[in-house]
Amino acid sequence: MHTIIKPRRGVAQLNLAEVWQARELLGFLAWRDITVRYKQTSIGVLWAFIRPFLTMVIFSIVFGRIAKLPSDHVPYAILTFTALLPWQFFSTAFADAANAVVGNGYMITKIYFPRLILPLASIAVGIVDFLVSFVILVFMMIGYRMVPTWRVLALPLFFALCLLFTVGLGLWTASLYVKYRDMRHIIPFITQFGMYVSPVAFSSSIVPARWRFLYSLNPMVVVIDGFRWSLLGTTQLYVPGVIAGTVTSIVLLVTGVYYFKQTERVFADVM
Amino acid sequence: MSDVIIAEGVSKSYRLGEQTTAYGLLRERIAQAFKAPFARQQPANQFWALKDVSFTVGSAEVVGLIGKNGAGKSTLLKILSRITEPAEGRIDLHGKVSSLLEVGIGFHPELSGRENVYLNGAILGMSRREIRRKFDEIVDFAEISKFLDTPVKRYSSGMYVRLAFAVAAHLEPDILIVDEVLAVGDSAFQQKCLGKMRDIRSEGRTVIVVSHNMGTVSSLCQRVIWLADGKVKAAGEAQAIIRQYLSEGVKNDFVWTPRHGILSAFEYHSVSIESGDAAGGGEGFPANAPIDVVFDISIHDKFPDGRIEMRLQTDSGDLLLTSTSADATGQMNHDWKRGRQQFRCRIPADFLMPGRYFITITEPYGSHDIVRENVLTFSVTEEGSLSARDQRGGKIAPRLQWRLTQLTTDNR
Repeated sequence: MHTIIKPRRGVAQLNLAEVWQARELLGFLAWRDITVRYKQTSIGVLWAFIRPFLTMVIFSIVFGRIAKLPSDHVPYAILTFTALLPWQFFSTAFADAANAVVGNGYMITKIYFPRLILPLASIAVGIVDFLVSFVILVFMMIGYRMVPTWRVLALPLFFALCLLFTVGLGLWTASLYVKYRDMRHIIPFITQFGMYVSPVAFSSSIVPARWRFLYSLNPMVVVIDGFRWSLLGTTQLYVPGVIAGTVTSIVLLVTGVYYFKQTERVFADVM
Repeated sequence: MSDVIIAEGVSKSYRLGEQTTAYGLLRERIAQAFKAPFARQQPANQFWALKDVSFTVGSAEVVGLIGKNGAGKSTLLKILSRITEPAEGRIDLHGKVSSLLEVGIGFHPELSGRENVYLNGAILGMSRREIRRKFDEIVDFAEISKFLDTPVKRYSSGMYVRLAFAVAAHLEPDILIVDEVLAVGDSAFQQKCLGKMRDIRSEGRTVIVVSHNMGTVSSLCQRVIWLADGKVKAAGEAQAIIRQYLSEGVKNDFVWTPRHGILSAFEYHSVSIESGDAAGGGEGFPANAPIDVVFDISIHDKFPDGRIEMRLQTDSGDLLLTSTSADATGQMNHDWKRGRQQFRCRIPADFLMPGRYFITITEPYGSHDIVRENVLTFSVTEEGSLSARDQRGGKIAPRLQWRLTQLTTDNR
């Protein structure tokens, strides 16, 4: 094994092989975050089910019963939950990934490992939470006797899109956060404000057609519509929007990885 | 013997001044972009932590890195460990590298000893299989088998450090880079760690070790690299360099000022050593005069209760005492008033043995403290020392109270 240490100039080398080699560390860090979260809680892992379930109940009451938003002829609870699934994944995984570098600053100044592992581990934790919530959805759909069509096969693709977007935005924010601590105030803003501009509590069918393309530049719009389309079959898929959202996500991801690699060389110095 | 580490012209600079905080504020960047949209950020005062450092280390050599605070030892270690990048130069490392700038990185207080071994091992670069294979050995070495499934937050600090070191000691790198992690634990455990270090050498591994403790350096290392002001001042056979270093190189560090900007609402302006008497300073403090450690700080905002800790170590690495700013209050912690203030901790006269001492301080940082190791160094001279007169032993030489009570008078 031969290591060369010298100043990096120009465009950063991605060196993704190194990240792959450190996948066990990624697993351990994700496992640590999950284990620690439920240690010392009396009902432990049950919290993973309670949180999304309660949010769904509250949404159904506030928006479905009180505000009477249209629900595209499916039970409002299901309409909300299909959106909450990807949204909660995005908001928690994004916020954790954005905090991952600064939050683990002490490790960064003491030992070397591929820095990309930190935000990726946070996102891995989010995936586990997502899978748990998904089980609730399955039970709800059984309860409402809803049978998904062949479209459900497209669901992993929409989740993949959600993942790309979360990683991309997470990496951008995580590296900016190291340099600009203002990010601390911007991160909760993105997760809170983002929920109102994404069709979580309502169906995107209420958005006027001429705004539809612009609206789809937010990849979460495409993801949520995609979840509803593949699980409920109610929402029409707006193809130009799907393309717009996918392109946005890919651009964010590619630039995000590069920006992260470009700035990681100074992480330890400014930490 | 082939060289396994080849460093050529390694330099590293940090920016000083201008920025008052360690990190930038978006506002400054935006304002700057408006003022001069095409200008690159002005390099402020550059401070060269390392300048044109070159050296080689042969295979199976144990090399000590010595030098006073701020000489660039930590920066060099961080570059060798790939934590930070050099500004110039190149280092070739042949073999698997492990670095231990601190033991127990990633230890989580809520996790059990067993869980932390796996976590810490993974952070140090061991594979799951490797950890599983060495697990029993690690637990034996740490002597904590009874508490394997207890969360480490319930461990005593000794147990914690033993477990942390045990994981590190079972790494199998070709090149090991170690900071002064040996100055931990009780002396029996320290001996065990030193033994482990010798094993590592006899197994044909290459070690670079940084230490303030010349005893450790001379017993472990064949060669020494002496850094001063970011440059290699001398390198060569250990005993010779250490002698040279001790005779001329060691200047006392009487004043420490942080170089990393303000981290929180707590700011150190300086920590310094002053003689309680008018005399003293220069070469050292007479044993019969008090010594004051002065902490000049500012509290800029509301700050959680806490304390400043001061640890006094001898030059053989023994922790002599720990004293805190809360000691006077009788509580664990005390509250902070805003504004600039000075804490003055007095080490009484007729208390220390002649010799060299190192002071480690803590910097309160919200929920935990940052430890600033060996920030100050001073010597106590034999002048006026009780122990110097008759070569008595012991770790401290206080003038205790002896009272004579005459019970009977025998007037023969």
